[in-house]
Amino acid sequence: MFEALTLQLGYNATLVTLGAAALGVAAGVVGAFLNFRKRALMSDAISHATLPGLALAFLLMVSLGGEGRSLPGLMLGSAVSAGLGLWVVSWLTTRTRLPQDAAIGAVLSVFFGFGVVLMTVIQTLSAGRQAGLEGFLLGSTAGMLRSDALTIAAGGVAVLLAALALRRPLLMTAFDAGYARQRGIDTNRMDGALMALVLAVTVVGLKIVGLVLIVALLIIPPVAARFWSDNAARVIALSGGIGGVSGYAGAAISASAPGLPTGPLIVLTSAAVFTLSMLFAPTRGVIAGALRHLKMRRALQRGA
Amino acid sequence: MSPRDLNDAGLSPLAVRGLTVAYGAQPVLQGVDMTTVPGAMTAIIGPNGAGKSTLLKACLGVVKPLSGQVSAWGQPTSRQRDRIAYVPQRASVDWDFPTRVIDVVLMGMYRQLGLLGRVRARHFKQAQDCLTRVGMQDFADRQIGQLSGGQQQRVFLARALAQEADLYLLDEPFAGVDAATESAIIAVLHGLRDAGKTVVAVHHDLSTVPAYFDRVFLINRTAQAEGPVDVAFTPETLQATYGGRVHV
Repeated sequence: MFEALTLQLGYNATLVTLGAAALGVAAGVVGAFLNFRKRALMSDAISHATLPGLALAFLLMVSLGGEGRSLPGLMLGSAVSAGLGLWVVSWLTTRTRLPQDAAIGAVLSVFFGFGVVLMTVIQTLSAGRQAGLEGFLLGSTAGMLRSDALTIAAGGVAVLLAALALRRPLLMTAFDAGYARQRGIDTNRMDGALMALVLAVTVVGLKIVGLVLIVALLIIPPVAARFWSDNAARVIALSGGIGGVSGYAGAAISASAPGLPTGPLIVLTSAAVFTLSMLFAPTRGVIAGALRHLKMRRALQRGA
Repeated sequence: MSPRDLNDAGLSPLAVRGLTVAYGAQPVLQGVDMTTVPGAMTAIIGPNGAGKSTLLKACLGVVKPLSGQVSAWGQPTSRQRDRIAYVPQRASVDWDFPTRVIDVVLMGMYRQLGLLGRVRARHFKQAQDCLTRVGMQDFADRQIGQLSGGQQQRVFLARALAQEADLYLLDEPFAGVDAATESAIIAVLHGLRDAGKTVVAVHHDLSTVPAYFDRVFLINRTAQAEGPVDVAFTPETLQATYGGRVHV
């Protein structure tokens, strides 16, 4: 019995870990494009705006007689409310004189606040029973179904392929939007596509990383990767790699020590990679920069 | 003559009719008409805030006009994109962007490569040839932020060359570049003109207009004068455009 359980746990844990790795690669790649376009903070608005949709989807499914915890249903709900949040941010920035950071802050907090209220309502309603929605805040692999892990892995791969297919127009839009428009690229549509990719990564990653920390998986891998290369293609590939390794390691540690939330472990892993990159990267790293500076000063002193 | 040239017979590479552009409630251009002549180099000149860059952007379809038409060889510019190359102002670019010089030039071939097409050896060779034409062949692997302003401008020109266009629109190509770059750029532009291409550039330095350009287009919100340099570039037209503060 015990053996069967551990075997079962082993199989599920493997699936979950692979799902987290696929998600990490997708987040790293999409995050690279987001970072090139200098819209990193939009991901924060998107992720926090998922919460009310998540809660409403749960309530809707329960009121229809379901269990309320079906992952696809919850993903759909969060996608709708994140999409609404995104629309509000872009409406505020284009139709009013509100700067984008203020619009992001406003939308993020209002949507999140509304979501927290709904979560509290759910907790009161399901007094005694665990609704299990708390896991979506910080991510958890506990009690994850095999189908959940497969959904996450498939979602990650789909987002990754879409991002790679759009890599050229996305890069040209980020580098110089005016030039890209002249070459016939609809830059507004490209920005929309980029936001859709970020939204997809967020929704896919809700279960494992959690909505509070998914931002980190979109931002840290690309900035870590940037230390190593000046070539966009390499930065994208490296960022995907760093995201993948972080997802894999974080989920594996979390699965072997249940109770530890997955999201923070994934983020801490990527932060470790970031720190190493920042210090030790050959030309852009801090240490390399300091050595260059020192060498130059020595050479100057010798010359003087 | 290629079939393309025959089809173009008598058509202006770039023609603007009654163009009005406004940013918000602020009109920038009003009822502007402009005609270009094939195989000529035209300077767009006028004071700061006269709408020179806006005119260029409206011609490219980057800025939407309130009214008026822009046509290239008698068709909307959106249908002639491949034949129009654009060299934007250097300031429009994020210079810390992780991209190498050769990648920037390859962007000029975006429409040839398509969404998923692989960059092949012949594309690299074509890009490298364009860098050679602007004297930047030794910088292909540099990150663009490591270049001087003049070198960056030459890379932009190489990107335009890679497109193999027939009409070249440049936004202040000589702004903030060194003398060596200026003469390198002008040599390339004259080469294009001599090969029958049409060049239109927003230009600031009035003293070099007669040496560099065949035609001028003077603008200050509205079109002021247009024609060959010896006819349209006179103290009177400059006075009308700049309002009496100019000495050439």
